[in-house]
Amino acid sequence: MVAEHSSKNFGITLRVWRQAGPTQPGRFVDYQSQDLNPNMSFLEMLDVVNDELTRKGEEPIAFAHDCREGICGTCACTINGKPHGPGKGVATCQVYMRAFRDGDVVTVEPFRAAAFPVIKDLVIDRSAFDRIQQAGGFITARAGSAPEANALPVPKPDADLAMDAAVCIGCGACVAACKNASAMLFVAAKVSHLGLMPQGQAERDRRVLAMVGVMDAEGFGNCTNQYECSAACPKLISHDFIARMNRDYFTASLRAAVKPASSGASGGA
Amino acid sequence: MATLDSKIPSGPLADKWRKHKTEIKLVNPSNKRKYEVIVVGAGLAGASAASTLADLGYKVKNFVFHDSPRRAHSIAAQGGINAAKNYQNDGDSVHRLFYDTLKGGDYRAREANVHRLAEVSVNIIDQCAALGVPFAREYGGLLANRSFGGAQVSRTFYARGQTGQQLLLGAYSSLSRTVGAGLVDLHTHSEMLDLVVVNGHAKGIIVRNLITGEISRHSADAVILATGGYGNVYNLSTYARGSNATAIMRAYRRGACLANPCYTQIHPTCIPVSGDYQSKLTLMSESLRNDGRVWAPKNPADRLKAPGEIAEQDRDYFLERLYPSFGNLCPRDVASRAAKRACDEGRGAGESGLGVYLDFADAIKRLGENGVRERYGNLFDIYHEITAESAYQTPMRIYPAVHYTMGGLWVDYNLMSNIPGLFVLGEANFSDHGSNRLGASALMQGLADGYFVIPYTIGDYLAGQKPGSRPSADAAEFKTAEDEIRGVTTRFLASKGKEPVSHFHKRLGKLMWEYCGMARTKQGLETALQKIPALREEFQTNVKVPGSGDTLNQSLEQAGRVADFIDLGELLARDALAREESCGGHFREEHQHPDGECKRDDDQFSHVAAWEYQGEGRAPVRNVEALNYEFVKMSVRNYK
Ligand code: FES
Repeated sequence: MVAEHSSKNFGITLRVWRQAGPTQPGRFVDYQSQDLNPNMSFLEMLDVVNDELTRKGEEPIAFAHDCREGICGTCACTINGKPHGPGKGVATCQVYMRAFRDGDVVTVEPFRAAAFPVIKDLVIDRSAFDRIQQAGGFITARAGSAPEANALPVPKPDADLAMDAAVCIGCGACVAACKNASAMLFVAAKVSHLGLMPQGQAERDRRVLAMVGVMDAEGFGNCTNQYECSAACPKLISHDFIARMNRDYFTASLRAAVKPASSGASGGA
Repeated sequence: MATLDSKIPSGPLADKWRKHKTEIKLVNPSNKRKYEVIVVGAGLAGASAASTLADLGYKVKNFVFHDSPRRAHSIAAQGGINAAKNYQNDGDSVHRLFYDTLKGGDYRAREANVHRLAEVSVNIIDQCAALGVPFAREYGGLLANRSFGGAQVSRTFYARGQTGQQLLLGAYSSLSRTVGAGLVDLHTHSEMLDLVVVNGHAKGIIVRNLITGEISRHSADAVILATGGYGNVYNLSTYARGSNATAIMRAYRRGACLANPCYTQIHPTCIPVSGDYQSKLTLMSESLRNDGRVWAPKNPADRLKAPGEIAEQDRDYFLERLYPSFGNLCPRDVASRAAKRACDEGRGAGESGLGVYLDFADAIKRLGENGVRERYGNLFDIYHEITAESAYQTPMRIYPAVHYTMGGLWVDYNLMSNIPGLFVLGEANFSDHGSNRLGASALMQGLADGYFVIPYTIGDYLAGQKPGSRPSADAAEFKTAEDEIRGVTTRFLASKGKEPVSHFHKRLGKLMWEYCGMARTKQGLETALQKIPALREEFQTNVKVPGSGDTLNQSLEQAGRVADFIDLGELLARDALAREESCGGHFREEHQHPDGECKRDDDQFSHVAAWEYQGEGRAPVRNVEALNYEFVKMSVRNYK
C-alpha cells in the first residue's frame, strides 16, 4: 500500500537558474540531489538542497512558495521547460518527486516573460498582474451599501460558469506557457467572472477596456490562439473565456464611441 | 500591570452593538483624510479593513510580506462561512449562531463579542454577494447553504471547496480598487519588524523590504495588525509556510498583552507526515468521517503490514469502541486524542508510526464505488495526488494536525489592544472563538472585523487624537526601533553557526507537538519550559544565515520568524501550564471526565489569561480578565 515501502530512494541532477539580482546575468548551475523519497514534494526537494547549500556556506536557491497546496498562486517554477512542471492541473508545489526517475537531469527556471522580470534565482516580479486588477478587476461596492443578498438571484449556470473562471490563482503560468507571453487568459478569467454576475453589469464596459489597456501597457503579448495557457493552468481554466472577453471588448469599444451627453457629475438639488 | 478593560457596552445583549455604534465618537468626514492608518496584512481581515477605511476617507498604508495582497492564507479555507440568514427557514437566528459559537468555544469567549459577530454575519453575505463572490446557488438563483459541525441548522455559505479563496479575492478586488484610486498606499514584499510606541500610543512600524533589504520607518495615527495565526510554532501544520507570528510577537515585546496562547486547534483528519523533509500538512475535510471508519491495528506487530493483510478481528475500530453512541463522528478534539493514544501505544500505521486508517470499504459496499466518488471524489483525488494511493482500494491514512489558533493579541470590544492606537483583527486577535473555533467561523470573523467592526471603532480612538498630531518618523522612538532591528539583522548575518534555520524550526516544532500538542501534562509542559530556552541558546549560537542583508534573503527572513516562534512557544507552554483545566483545544490529561471529555474549572478559570512582557529573560506577568456570563448559562459541552 504505502509508497514508502514500495520505493527506493533515488537521485537526480538539478539544473537550476541562478541569478543574483534583476540586473545581473543569470546561468544554470548543476546540483546533485540524492536520497530522494518519491513522496517528497518538488519544493521539499528544493528545501533539502537549500539546507545542504547553507551548511556548506553557500547561498540557497531563492524560490517563491507559500501555501504549498495549490491555492495561493505564489509558486512559479518552469520545470523541464513546462510551467509548473509535469502533470496536469497542478501548481509547482503539487509536483511530487515520484514524477522523476533516478539519474534524471531536471531543469528548473523561473517563469519567463518580459512583463515578469526576475528578482532573484527563481523568484519573479508579477506586480503587473496586480496593476491590471487595480485598473478594473472589481465591482464597486462599499461596505455598508450592499442590498440584501437574495434580492438579486443569480442563475445557477451563470454562477457556476463564473466560478469556473474565478478559480484563477494568479500564478502567471498562462503567461509563461504562451510563446507571445500573453496575459489574455488571466485577464479573461477576471473579466468573465465579474461579467457573468448581474452585480458586475454596471462596470462591465469600463472594466474590460481598462484591464485590457493596462495589460497592453505592461508589455504582455498578443493572443494568437495557441491555447498553451489553458494547458498549463493549474486550475485548467478554459480558453473559451478569451473569446468571451474579446466579445466584451468589442461591444464595449463600440459603446464607448457613443458617449452620453452628460457624463460628468451633476450638482446636488 | 496592564489594565484590561474590555469596554463591553452596558445594556441587553442584543442591543449592545447597536447602542455602542450610536454612542461612540465619530470623525468628521473632512478630517478623515488627515488621519493615516497603517494596516499590516491583507488576508480577509486586513484587506477588508484597508479598503473599507480608505472608502471612509482615511489615508491608508497597507503592508504585506507577500508579493501580492492576494496570497494570504485565508485563501486556503475550504468549507464555508457561517451567517444567520435563516434562508433555509430551519429556525436559525442571530441568537442561535451566537449560542452555537459560544458553546463551541467551550464558554471561554466574551458574550458581547460573539453576539456582535453573529449580528454582522448577515451583512457579510450581503457585502460579498455585492462584490460578485460566486457563491453556490440553488436552481432558482438564490444562495445555497450546507450544514457544518457544531450546528443543527444549515447556515454555511460556500463557493465549491474554495470559499476562502473566493472571499479573499472579493476583499482583494476592493483593495485593488482603492489602491488603483490612490486611496491605499500598498507596500508588497514588506515585512513589519517592529511596532513603534510613542507616549504610550502605537504610532508606527518599522518595515523591511524583502527584495532590497531596505529598512524604513512609517508613522501613523493608528496601527492595525491583521497578520493571522501562529500555528507554525509547531513547524508542521496546515498553515502556509510563510505564516508567522512576527508582527504579534514584536507588538507583545512593545507591551501588547498576548491572550490565551495555549488555545490551539488540532484537526483530526490530515494526511500524515511521511518523512523528515516534510514541510506541510494537508487537511482532508472531516466530512469524510460521515462514511469512513477509523481503525488501527490491535497488535503493534501488525503496524507495518499492508492494511489488507490485517484480518478483521485484528483491527481496532477504536472510536466505535470508545464512543459507541457517537462512533466515528465524535467531536474533533476527542477523535484527535484517541488517534494519538493508539499511536502512543505503538499501533500507529506506517513507517513513522503516526497514522491511523480511515477505511471506506464498508461505504463502498453500501454505496458502490461511484456513490463514494460522488460524495468525496475531489478529496480522494487530493489524497491520491499527495500519496499516490487510491483510497478506493486501500484505506486512507490520517493523523491530526494543527490548523488554527484561537489565542492572539488581547483586544477590547473595540478590537483595540491594551496599547492605545494598536488594533488587532482576525486570527491575530484572541477575541471571538474562546478555546475552540467552529468550522466556517474563521472567515466570518475575519470579514466581520474588517468590513463591519473596525470602521466604527477606530473612529472612537482617532476622534480623541488631534489631526496632524502624529509624530514624525524622525522621532527618537522610531530611530531606536530601527537601530534595534538593524542590530538583529547584523547579528544573524554574522553568526558563525553551522545549521540552517529550518533545523531549529523543526526541532521547536517536534518539541511543541510532543509536549504542548493535543494532550498536555504538567510534567510535559515543565519539560518544554526547560528545553525551549536551551533551544533558543543553541539557535543563537549555532544558526547559519548565508547571504547579505541587502537583497532577497529568505534565510534571514526565516531566522527572524523562528526566533519569534521560539519565544511564542515558550509563552504557549507557560500558558498551558498555568491553565489547570481542560477546555476546547486545550486538553490537560489531569483534567478530564471519565469519557475523555474536557473538564473545565469554571470557578478558577473562567477568565482570559493575557500575558504581559517584562523584558528579556524575565518571566512575563499573567493578567486576568474575568469572563462574566450574564445571558447564557455555562454548561458541560455535550454533543452526544
Ligand atoms: S505555494 Fe501556493 S500555489 Fe503553490
